[in-house]
Amino acid sequence: MGILRRVNLITYLLLAIGSLLMVLPFLLMIALALSPGEKALSYPPLIFPTDITLNNFERVMAAGSFFRYFINSLIISAITTAGQLVTASMAGYAFARLNFRGKNTLFLLFLATMMVPTQVNLVPLFSLMHKMGWINTYLALIVPGIFTAFGIFLMRQYYLTLPKELEDSARIDGCTQWGIFWRIFFPLSVPSLAALGIFAFISSWNSFLWPLLVTNSDHLRTLPVGLASFKSSFREVTDWSLLMAGTLISVVPAIVVFLLGQKYFISGITSGAVKS
Amino acid sequence: MNKLWQKDSFWALIFLLPSLLGIFTFNFIPTLTSFYLSFTKWNLLGSPQFIGLNNYLSLFADPLFYKVLRQTLFFVFGSVLLEVSLALLIAIGLNKKLRGTTIFRTIYFLPVVSSMVAVAILWNWIFDPAFGFLNYLLKLAGIDPIFWLSDPDWALPCIIMVSVWKGLGYSTILFLSGLQSLPQDCLEAAEVDGANQSQTFFRVTVPLLSTTIFLVSIMSFINTFQTFDSVYILTQGGPQNTTNLLVYWLYQNAFEFYNMGKASAIAYVLFLIILVITLIQWHFRKKWVFYEE
Repeated sequence: MGILRRVNLITYLLLAIGSLLMVLPFLLMIALALSPGEKALSYPPLIFPTDITLNNFERVMAAGSFFRYFINSLIISAITTAGQLVTASMAGYAFARLNFRGKNTLFLLFLATMMVPTQVNLVPLFSLMHKMGWINTYLALIVPGIFTAFGIFLMRQYYLTLPKELEDSARIDGCTQWGIFWRIFFPLSVPSLAALGIFAFISSWNSFLWPLLVTNSDHLRTLPVGLASFKSSFREVTDWSLLMAGTLISVVPAIVVFLLGQKYFISGITSGAVKS
Repeated sequence: MNKLWQKDSFWALIFLLPSLLGIFTFNFIPTLTSFYLSFTKWNLLGSPQFIGLNNYLSLFADPLFYKVLRQTLFFVFGSVLLEVSLALLIAIGLNKKLRGTTIFRTIYFLPVVSSMVAVAILWNWIFDPAFGFLNYLLKLAGIDPIFWLSDPDWALPCIIMVSVWKGLGYSTILFLSGLQSLPQDCLEAAEVDGANQSQTFFRVTVPLLSTTIFLVSIMSFINTFQTFDSVYILTQGGPQNTTNLLVYWLYQNAFEFYNMGKASAIAYVLFLIILVITLIQWHFRKKWVFYEE
């Protein structure tokens, strides 16, 4: 018993040290964001905030279009998420529950797109946006992000597990396929919808390269693009407190969404990866 | 008798139409177009001009290509090795289900849900030579300051560090779910046979977990090969191109030099590498895996 307890204590200690290392950069960010600007350039560096002030948040909200970046990120992530939920659940339902010619081939083709790194499509996608006149519009920021082979796969796996009796009885009652999907299967798939929704929101909220490419006017920038341009706008001395306040504002929504739906989110990534 | 709206194929078309249009327009066609563009010279204006294999030939004759490739491989193997081994250890610790460890799990996962841009800005301050946290620690230990991101020897290891810190939680969660689906009877049998902790770990847990280890490595490989955001924020490929990785180089060629043909050729080299690694791992997975569901 003694050995087991000692092993547990060591495990506990190592885990605690590890998570301290993981959380430390966040603590440093919070300390800087909450302290007066000049503290960023003082020595030794802050681990805990001193002379707590919200001044940095006020400054960053007033600086340029930061508030606009926030709203842009919110709108784009929300619409992308809603779009993914609708299109992926419809397609996932068709692959799981309907019989049609070429089903397996089409499904494999969809899955194959998941193997292609997104950067391979970057140049043609950019030129497509250019041709359609979508550069510098919300359309370029939203529409290409709505379609997701991963989401279709996730939803299909879930719809495969639901019992056949569900649609049989609905069909006897005279439901159309649309009715069966919309009134019965869609509401039953809340756990998978939640997993996909959280996943979609967080990846859209955090995406950088695509929004960087398709926007060049300030009022269309998203938070990550805006923060990057903030950072590169400092020449000699970086205003770290201001930057950290902005960074903190940008990570909080994703973390809140994750904490609220942690259970669904984790079951989503593990079912997508490990059990596939 | 069979009306249109009673047929599965009619409904399948309706249900699939949005995704079909979207995935063909935004995934399939671009992937094929990119392949075609890799055989052309194009600056985004005008129309692409077919030049055969020239992009690939000039790529393979370019010393910078080999430099970028070598650095990318160093970066990827370094990150994957560190991330996978650390994540496995953390997952085994968390799997003991000691009281209060769920909070640790959440903490390990926080960087995963934060944007790479935010994470890179955070670490940029930590790496700051004059005011950053890392050089403060060095000073406490009596070591001279290091110019982390502007030192050609240190810049790439710094990017690896950021990458591992951000990705650790993701691999940990995958391992945790792999550990939780291990057959308990094997572990109990080992205990009954009098195996000690390290014997159980190396002789039972690791072989049983080999499927998961391979899967997590594949995912980690594929993710780290596509690194862009951290390079863009932290070093812009510098100093002296020592942190210029494949995807960043692709971006530079496409959107700084407007050399779309060369960028597409780089894209297909990236695609090929990822494909080959995936296939190699699948092949070995069949040979090495001791246990499969």
